[in-house]
Amino acid sequence: MAIDNETVKRVAFLSRLKVDDDKIESTKEEFNKILQWIEELNEIDTDEVEPLISVNNVNLRVRNDEITAGNCRDDILKNAPSAEYDYFAVPKVVE
Amino acid sequence: MSDITKLTVCETLKALQNKEISSVELTKAYIENMEKGRHYNAYITECADKALKQAEIADKNYQSGNNRLLEGIPLGIKDLFCTKDIRTTAASHILDNFIPPYESTVTQNLLNDGAVFLGKLNLDEFAMGGSNETSYFGPVVNPWSKDTDLVPGGSSGGSAAAVAANMCAAATGTDTGGSIREPAAFCGCTGIKPTYGRCSRYGIIAFASSLDQAGPIAKDVKDCALLLQSMAGFDEKDSTSCDIAVPDFPNLLNGDVKGLVVGVPKEYRPQGLNDEVASYWDKAAEYLKARGAIIKEISLPHTKYALATYYVLAPAEASSNLARYDGIRYGFRAEGKNLDDLYINTRTSGFGKEVQRRIMIGTYVLSAGYYDAYYLKAQKMRRLIHNDFMEAFKQCDIILTPTSPITAFPIGDESMLENPINMYLNDVFTVSVNLAGLPALSLPIGLSENGLPLGMQLIGKPFDEVTVFNVAAKIEEDAKFERK
Repeated sequence: MAIDNETVKRVAFLSRLKVDDDKIESTKEEFNKILQWIEELNEIDTDEVEPLISVNNVNLRVRNDEITAGNCRDDILKNAPSAEYDYFAVPKVVE
Repeated sequence: MSDITKLTVCETLKALQNKEISSVELTKAYIENMEKGRHYNAYITECADKALKQAEIADKNYQSGNNRLLEGIPLGIKDLFCTKDIRTTAASHILDNFIPPYESTVTQNLLNDGAVFLGKLNLDEFAMGGSNETSYFGPVVNPWSKDTDLVPGGSSGGSAAAVAANMCAAATGTDTGGSIREPAAFCGCTGIKPTYGRCSRYGIIAFASSLDQAGPIAKDVKDCALLLQSMAGFDEKDSTSCDIAVPDFPNLLNGDVKGLVVGVPKEYRPQGLNDEVASYWDKAAEYLKARGAIIKEISLPHTKYALATYYVLAPAEASSNLARYDGIRYGFRAEGKNLDDLYINTRTSGFGKEVQRRIMIGTYVLSAGYYDAYYLKAQKMRRLIHNDFMEAFKQCDIILTPTSPITAFPIGDESMLENPINMYLNDVFTVSVNLAGLPALSLPIGLSENGLPLGMQLIGKPFDEVTVFNVAAKIEEDAKFERK
């Protein structure tokens, strides 16, 4: 399954990354090399195989829905590139 | 005492307990080595002042007899572990101003045991790489380099280089596809990736969550055993952490390998395997055989597919994990005329080339129409690779392989850079272990003809690190590798 220039642009946008116009061709070629290599997996018939999602097959633990760490707003906001009125600040999103 | 920074952690602890040295004196000696070794670029952030304060507390605890497991031992911490109030970058521009308001569980465990933190160690950006060349802070130089600067391996390259150059007594690392074992092998150190679930992932910046594990890189097997004992343990803050007791690893090292069945997988000896690697592999098997172990050829039939499986699953998980870096809540922000622009500009300038490549590959294999063909397929292959090991462990107790098919290569090596797959191939002996979630240790076995360390890998059954340490200790005794 080789990909084309349009797919490169689409995947870049889904990833919220920009690929410059003069890099699209080389990115496509690089991707196709990697995808072609990955296609060797098709040599093996896996129709009857259960996917393995996690190696420790324990059930997830449940706990009470209680706050275990809180009252740290100021600590959290310290790392924000922009904060105003005790909130994260972002560009205007609603016209 | 001559050079106290050359002692192992276990030897150092004895010297501290006997009051032959103080932790402050020891910490100062390591800080001096860090200053002398700055050209290795092993540390991203040095914390000399903080370390000396910790050392003073350690000395008081020795005075009062309240010394703990690792009291006063100066460690280096891979800059992927969040450390409270100490900058944590993941070697990425996108986090180069991030100061965590909390401590990772693994580093908290070490602090609770009295360890001293010298600073944060360099790595491949977000642990994505096998040579430490993708770091935003520049490559690390392997202390074994002679005329040309060589890579230390990756992604825990700073950790391995710092241990090799005696710039810390031991270090933490993380391993997603070989990131503890490969740099340990390239730098002549010992490192273990424990069983998945043995160490908490809480507070470790995530790369591929179903594969990531923390572990130590140290000067020898016993130090690794001691460090792992401190780092490991159940943590309710990580839902994949296992509630299984941590054995007293360092004190269980006196076992016998007599009658133990050591599996040697035939698929790990492909045509064209480097002669030196192959002969050291045979030598390691000989050491064990001479001690009464039974060497048995085994088969791991899907080995050939492990790398491709890994390079679908790891980028897929990474693309999801790294979606959080949006320039809003923490880290670097580049402005944009609307929200999408802000995201795109932030991520495009914040992430390096290899990270962007993996995010895009991961996004592609998870995208509508391709999910089944790539991602689901790879998860099914992961099952087969996992089952290979489970079948093999019906016939043997432990598996012996080389750690890497090559020794350290020059920084900026053309053939590695021209095609990313060439770099990925270096992980050929290590990735299967992460896919199967098994414990695996790398230890130095000897030097190549050009004077560079070569590593051997021991792979154990799930949660059987004890056997791994035991067998490793025997090979270590026989190999008599000379550290720097």
